[in-house]
Amino acid sequence: MNFSKFHPRRRLFLRALAGAGAVLVAGCDKLSKTEWFPKLLGNTEILTRKAQRMVLPRKSMAQEFPESDRSPEFRSNGTAMPNNPQYKALASSGFAAYGLEVGGLVEKPVIFSLEELRALPSRTQITRHDCVEGWSAIGKWKGVPLTAVLAAVRPTAAVRYVVFHCADPMESDGTSPYYESIDMDDAYHPQTILAYELNDKALPIANGAPIRLRVERQLGYKHAKYVMRIELVDSFEKIAGGKGGYWEDQGYEWYAGI
Amino acid sequence: MEQGSNAERAAANTLYYRHTLPVRVMHWINVIALTILLMSGLNIFGAHPALYWGKSSYTGRPPILEIESATDASNKLTGVTRIFGHEFVTTGVLGASKGSDGELMNRAFPSWLTIPDGRWLAMARQWHLFFAWIFVINGLCYVAYSVVSRHLARDLAPTGTELRSIRQSIVDHLHFRHPAGEASKRYNVLQKITYLTVIFVLLPLVILMGLAMSPGADSLWPGWVDIFGGRQSARTIHFIVAWLLVAFVLIHVFEVVITGVWNNLRSMITGRYRVDAEVSK
Repeated sequence: MNFSKFHPRRRLFLRALAGAGAVLVAGCDKLSKTEWFPKLLGNTEILTRKAQRMVLPRKSMAQEFPESDRSPEFRSNGTAMPNNPQYKALASSGFAAYGLEVGGLVEKPVIFSLEELRALPSRTQITRHDCVEGWSAIGKWKGVPLTAVLAAVRPTAAVRYVVFHCADPMESDGTSPYYESIDMDDAYHPQTILAYELNDKALPIANGAPIRLRVERQLGYKHAKYVMRIELVDSFEKIAGGKGGYWEDQGYEWYAGI
Repeated sequence: MEQGSNAERAAANTLYYRHTLPVRVMHWINVIALTILLMSGLNIFGAHPALYWGKSSYTGRPPILEIESATDASNKLTGVTRIFGHEFVTTGVLGASKGSDGELMNRAFPSWLTIPDGRWLAMARQWHLFFAWIFVINGLCYVAYSVVSRHLARDLAPTGTELRSIRQSIVDHLHFRHPAGEASKRYNVLQKITYLTVIFVLLPLVILMGLAMSPGADSLWPGWVDIFGGRQSARTIHFIVAWLLVAFVLIHVFEVVITGVWNNLRSMITGRYRVDAEVSK
């Protein structure tokens, strides 16, 4: 094989290859900004959800870890202190006046104080929190299973989703409160809890005090912090951007199992 | 080229049907899917440009790889890459590189290597997961086809004689000597071993490590991820295997180029490969 003179056809090939690469990059960026293409890509979420729901038993359990695997410090991501005067007032008095309103399509709406939530059966679990960004942290959570709360309010047959309304505004002007939603498979999952303790201490504000959702088979943004109100609905289309959550409205998947 | 010499060549050479239509179609689907998976994957990596070994990222041990930006003494943005504690300045490529406006910006991989070009995790994930499905379905079809059509047994499985000639094959490759004539109709032994490794080790591994990062898939058998060192180790393996695949593609394309670009390309497009009657030059 003679390398001294580089074959013009080879050069042409390499140029074509580089050209194709450039066209690909530019094309993909154009497509990302169209309306229809992200919609087409978005169908993947349905496929992924159906595939995971088909393969996984309905009550498949997220891995639980020994104490020794706990991260020395549980990372706080996103909001560390909600920019919300009402929340700050609650926090300053140690959430004594906090009431978790559970309503919507239920037979008996209830407002739970922190004391009442603590009096319900509890579950403690050491689980791994997987952020959509790529990092993981392991923490020990104690809270009330959502099942116990739902049993108290008696959801009607029409209920399909549980929506969590939060205290943290996502815009600097105090608007766009964080919210999330899960379906009934996850709502009735034994590891789905409303956590009030992290690593044997009252849940810190940076990690979502006084109540944060744990929904262990999904990514971190589903685990809503600063939960103020729970609403049972048959559709979340009319809530905020209509996609079922703050990050979902920004283009992230509603089903965050991967 | 003149007509006459073409005719002369045609007499001496024959076009051999080398790649069947399904193999050709699946090869090119794979090219597109893997390219997009790599580039969207690098964009996703940019959302948290650090790799760890273990079950979580916060174990008390530092990351094994970290790409970040810093501002130097003169207040200029610099790119910094840290591998096992060794720090390298990688401004322009890793950590900080120019965006479409020509300004240095904090990003792990340069925009020309990522899909989309800017930092956009939600969109990168959409690209990545869509083409992951295409890649997996295409791969399953390929394996099924290869078994049923005997492509695997006939063309990919090395024979005992071939395995014994492996040393000679390595020497030949290092001298850029390639089989001609009858022998060029078959894959050579190194080629077979490489393809088998990619098809049955690297590609399944990269898929498995992708699934290991899924909190849903992790709940199938709680703890299976720990076989690979934990979720963060799986993420690191996913990243490393992706680059091993890049290395494979670079060598693959190099071999394609030096053994006759157009003949190889034609055989992967129309299926026809020209076999030279004369011995290799």
